[in-house]
Amino acid sequence: MTAAETGTPALVRADLPAPTRMLSGRSVYRVVWKLNTDVLVGYCWCGETHESEDPIELWEWLLAHPDQHDDGAAAGAPSAPAPDLVDA
Amino acid sequence: MPSWPMNQWYVAAYSDEIKEEMFARTICGEPLAFYRTSQGQVVALADRCVHRRYPLSLSHLKDDQVVCGYHGFTYDQGGRCVAAPGQKRIPRTARVPAFPVVEQDSLVWVWIGDPERADAELAPRAPWLDAPDYTTVRGMEPLRARYGLLVDNLLDLSHETYLHGGYIGTPEVAETPITTEVDEETNVVYVSRHMDDAECPPFYATSTGIQGRIARWQDIEYHPPCLYLLHSRIAPVGAHPPEEGPDDQAFHVEVVYAITPETENSTHDFWMVARDFALDDQQVSDFLGEQNRTVVLQDVVALDVLEQVVESEKENYQELSINIDTGGLAARRLLKKLVEAGTPEPLPVGQA
Repeated sequence: MTAAETGTPALVRADLPAPTRMLSGRSVYRVVWKLNTDVLVGYCWCGETHESEDPIELWEWLLAHPDQHDDGAAAGAPSAPAPDLVDA
Repeated sequence: MPSWPMNQWYVAAYSDEIKEEMFARTICGEPLAFYRTSQGQVVALADRCVHRRYPLSLSHLKDDQVVCGYHGFTYDQGGRCVAAPGQKRIPRTARVPAFPVVEQDSLVWVWIGDPERADAELAPRAPWLDAPDYTTVRGMEPLRARYGLLVDNLLDLSHETYLHGGYIGTPEVAETPITTEVDEETNVVYVSRHMDDAECPPFYATSTGIQGRIARWQDIEYHPPCLYLLHSRIAPVGAHPPEEGPDDQAFHVEVVYAITPETENSTHDFWMVARDFALDDQQVSDFLGEQNRTVVLQDVVALDVLEQVVESEKENYQELSINIDTGGLAARRLLKKLVEAGTPEPLPVGQA
């Protein structure tokens, strides 16, 4: 699959290489390199995702994203566990 | 403003380097004099006598106090002058700065910044380094390059394939996609590369005795600015960690680096390799120590050259970043954030 075919759907789930998760907590951003493609998939802690082939553009999106959370999403965030390391 | 974050812990030395004698090392542009008291406490003082600038590291100890080797000014463990030659009155300003120290996991950490803000709990841990169920080999190589170049190097291990072929590099390292995570609250970068069917490089084939292909997992945990942990798991292909119980089909190697700026253009490259197998086998220790030192020196040669390139390039030179740089970019950004956070607020105009 090429990046052009992938597009940027509203919600994507990458074909994830293991481990599926390493850190936990409400302030963890995650970037997965989609297997067999050049596509990076960024996950905000709120669950929103964004695809890019440029890591700089993707980090900029992730860091800008919390500013776009509505009050509901932000209010729901504190229920997430405190950040700490998880055994991979 | 320095390029490294202030108000942070930095590894200054290995525990066994600091004895009951003076020891000099520059950390983050601060020439420091270290010693260990008769009670075992590590002391770090600015390495300059307040009187005529003589290095305290060239002085000697008497009763756990430093007696300047030039005129005999004597300092206690807090840096306070307690004796001056030929007179009873000791000037109130006769004091050298003392730097907070934490000693744990066989490492001596020093706090660079406001001593009032030093919190021992903030020094990150590497418990394998002095754990009884691990054996560790270690060294330190001086790097004539800025610390950021070593951070870039260690956060992107795809370079192993090209710079360290024949030691730790195999084709799969550069070919396998990575997963990157950043915790914005605890300031940790995690980069994971799991190779489930890979060639076994000599570094692991010889030390573990594994024949044939391997599952090789690299999980990097970077605690900026100083501590870098590479959790390396080596196992026969198909041997996954059990849901419960010990992961005893695998060999575990904890590769630890402490990335400590010396000056703006030089770095202390502390490296450690801790393993949970062949604990008493001196041949394995010798092999891993020699191999890892060779690998580190390959990096040193490359990064020393890069420093010259960076220093001579035109302003605003643009790099190119691709997918393999996702973790390195995250580390750079966290470092930038910590530099900004550690910089004292400028005083309002008129109060400077």
